Amino acid sequence: MEERKLHSVMAEFTDVNSLMAAAERVRDAGFRKWDCHTPFPVHGLDDAMGVKMTRLPWIVLAMGLTGCGLGLLLQWWTNAYDYPYIISGKPVWAIPANIPITFEVTVLFSAFTAFFAMWIMNDLPRWFSPLSRKKNFARATDDRFFVVIEAADPQFDGVRTAEFLNGLGAASVEEVEMPDEPTRLPARYRHLLFTLAMAMLVPLAMIYNAQHKTSTEPRVHLVKDMDKQARFRPQGETLAGLFADGRMSRPRIEGTVGRGMLREDEGLETGMEGGEYVTAVPSALQVDEDFVRRGQERFGIYCAPCHGFTGKGDGLVHQRALQLAAEGNAQWVQPTDLSSALVVDQADGRLYETIRMGRNTMPAYASAIPVEDRWAIVLYVRALQRAAAQ
Amino acid sequence: MADSFTVPAAATQDERVFPAPLVAGTNDFASVTETVCSIVEAPRAPKAWYVIFGIAVALLGVLGAMIVYLVSTGVGVWGNNQPVAWGWPIVNFVFWVGIGHAGTLISAVLFLFRQGWRTGINRFSEAMTIFAVICAGMFPAIHVGRIWVIWWVFPIPNQMSMWPNFRSPLLWDVFAVSTYFSVSLLFWYMGLVPDLATIRDRAKTKARRFWYGLFSLGWTGSNRQWHRYERAYLILAALATPLVLSVHSVVSFDFATSQLPGWHTTIFPPYFVAGAIFSGFAMVLTLAIPARKMFGLEDLITMRHIENMCKIIMATGMMVGYAYAMEFFMAWYSGNTYEGFAFVNRAFGPYWWAYWIMVSCNVISPQIFWSKKARTNLTLVFIMSIFVNIGMWFERFVITVTSLNRDFLPSSWHYFSPTWVDVLTLLGSFGLFFTLFMLFCRWLPQVAISEVKNVMPQAHPHHHPSEGKEG
Repeated sequence: MEERKLHSVMAEFTDVNSLMAAAERVRDAGFRKWDCHTPFPVHGLDDAMGVKMTRLPWIVLAMGLTGCGLGLLLQWWTNAYDYPYIISGKPVWAIPANIPITFEVTVLFSAFTAFFAMWIMNDLPRWFSPLSRKKNFARATDDRFFVVIEAADPQFDGVRTAEFLNGLGAASVEEVEMPDEPTRLPARYRHLLFTLAMAMLVPLAMIYNAQHKTSTEPRVHLVKDMDKQARFRPQGETLAGLFADGRMSRPRIEGTVGRGMLREDEGLETGMEGGEYVTAVPSALQVDEDFVRRGQERFGIYCAPCHGFTGKGDGLVHQRALQLAAEGNAQWVQPTDLSSALVVDQADGRLYETIRMGRNTMPAYASAIPVEDRWAIVLYVRALQRAAAQ
Repeated sequence: MADSFTVPAAATQDERVFPAPLVAGTNDFASVTETVCSIVEAPRAPKAWYVIFGIAVALLGVLGAMIVYLVSTGVGVWGNNQPVAWGWPIVNFVFWVGIGHAGTLISAVLFLFRQGWRTGINRFSEAMTIFAVICAGMFPAIHVGRIWVIWWVFPIPNQMSMWPNFRSPLLWDVFAVSTYFSVSLLFWYMGLVPDLATIRDRAKTKARRFWYGLFSLGWTGSNRQWHRYERAYLILAALATPLVLSVHSVVSFDFATSQLPGWHTTIFPPYFVAGAIFSGFAMVLTLAIPARKMFGLEDLITMRHIENMCKIIMATGMMVGYAYAMEFFMAWYSGNTYEGFAFVNRAFGPYWWAYWIMVSCNVISPQIFWSKKARTNLTLVFIMSIFVNIGMWFERFVITVTSLNRDFLPSSWHYFSPTWVDVLTLLGSFGLFFTLFMLFCRWLPQVAISEVKNVMPQAHPHHHPSEGKEG
């Protein structure tokens, strides 16, 4: 007859006082591998058992600091380094705006560490405990208190240890046998879990691969409403019934004036009157030295880059374009010399129209230069022509 | 022996000197276990449970239908439009997230202050927190319109090769609310583990042994494990305390960092946090008063608990009242015409009725709790808690809608009205909340068994540690 190996000896107590007294005796007897099982944390039992303070807070502190650093790094890398956002001219990296998320990430890391590290240090979850074979032990989570000395303790001696516990005022003392079955998860479940864990990495690997690959295919968009939206196109047709004429572009509403379409003084606005260019600055403008100086300033801003400060057609853009053309990188037509006979002979209205509408390779400046400034520039061009003639 | 220990009757002592015991009646450890576990183990729930659960599931169905209608049609089905682009969905978000503050406050802040009375109600209110935050999180997610790209709020590489803007308070919100949810869930589950083990050890059927066994993680109440468990619980409480204050502060930043009169004020973070605690405790009372009756938990959720919560509601109600007054003072003192207009418009503009509902429910009605008679009248307390819930919903409505509806350009002023979809979505969110809450009441221990045992007089050894060493 083979005697079954013992796992431990278990003593049951009915109240906190006798448990505390027993715990102190077991501690003082020098046992190492033993424990108390209680339905709630009994305060003072840690001292009675001689349980040392856990290192858990230090682990949480370390992971909290890691979370703090990672939170900052995440924000700096995404918003200041990899894809800097410029919003209202604010700096791309400013600590105050990044405090809330740094705080949240710190708390998140600390809390997850406190939770998971606690279970890992407690060697949980466990699927099985030899103690739960004993019917009475179910009351450890209800109203009874247990002291368990394991057979693995060097001082353990089956019968004598049981007698020792009996002498401590236990309500009952039982021997707990070593279980037959293995306490680990069966191998096939472990393999299954491992395979599942590996399979979860596959989508991540695919995403990583897609990030570092170019493709001629259009991107995958499951819902296309951001790519293809119902919208009005110029000169397009509307759905039936929306507008009587079915056109998307709407005609001007009677009695309104579009922006930049005001034509109160035709000569002033367009430089033409009755199909002819006007030959003098319209009388609506007051021409004096300040007006010409204004023309000089505007000319320096808008015209000089190409035409040059003296209007000879040799501005900085021209010089740079010549360099590029010499290297074979550009084709270039020199800007007009404003003091050439061609321009000198043109009517003031014609010069004005050139600024407003553009001509040949010169673009229109109507959107950049308001009406009065255009006439001021015309006057300044005349001044340049006079200076060139002297 | 613990079994023979009885608690002196509360009536014989002056409560101002000796507060009523936290566990009433003649309970011992076993009877506490029995009281809480028998609810979970009963073959059938009380009739009222089936009625409430049925209504809640029907409303949950309405919510599902509203979300399908919204996503398939577009946010135009709501009353939101310029200038009131934040209508009921954001009001509901702030309302629910506010309710979700009491749970963590009770479990974390009261734990740190060693308030033993939290044990009767903490499980309950933590569950409420989690379900309220689920309801809250739903609203901004459906409010974005294109819900299938909501994942753009997370820093995950996307097809635009862009990252979220971490300097936006709306993104802070995403991080604050999701961190709050995760930490609350961990806190709640960790507290549940020892109690789940109790149910596992009492289980009569194999299915129960398996499921409660699975989630109780093999807990056997080992003191070496309790030691680390309590340390971890303390750490989580210490982390959750600043977290709970940060969450509603961040929610208030959504408003306060904008340049809008009525929103752009520094008082918002503390004012929102006080309001959140206020509404959260009101919701705990709304749930606890019927539940303790329905499930026979009067000995564990005692009149002392109810009275304490009434006092907190009165205190936080006065805090929000002070904030309402201070907002007016600052609007006047700033000398800013627009700020001044925004507040006069709040109280006397087109939404004057909403403002005065808010003031009557939040500031005036809780004053009744100065009287002990009022605090111990359960019907009255229940009605008051509903008033506070209504008042706090209107507070968020007033802040959101009255600040927006009259903007800087009088030609675009617009009187916001909700649509039927708005109304049914709000009702549906209550369906979601109560469905989850009713399931919790039926299948999980509603009171933290091990924590209640810990505050019973039998749990404290009348024994000096040094005596043992000599013996």
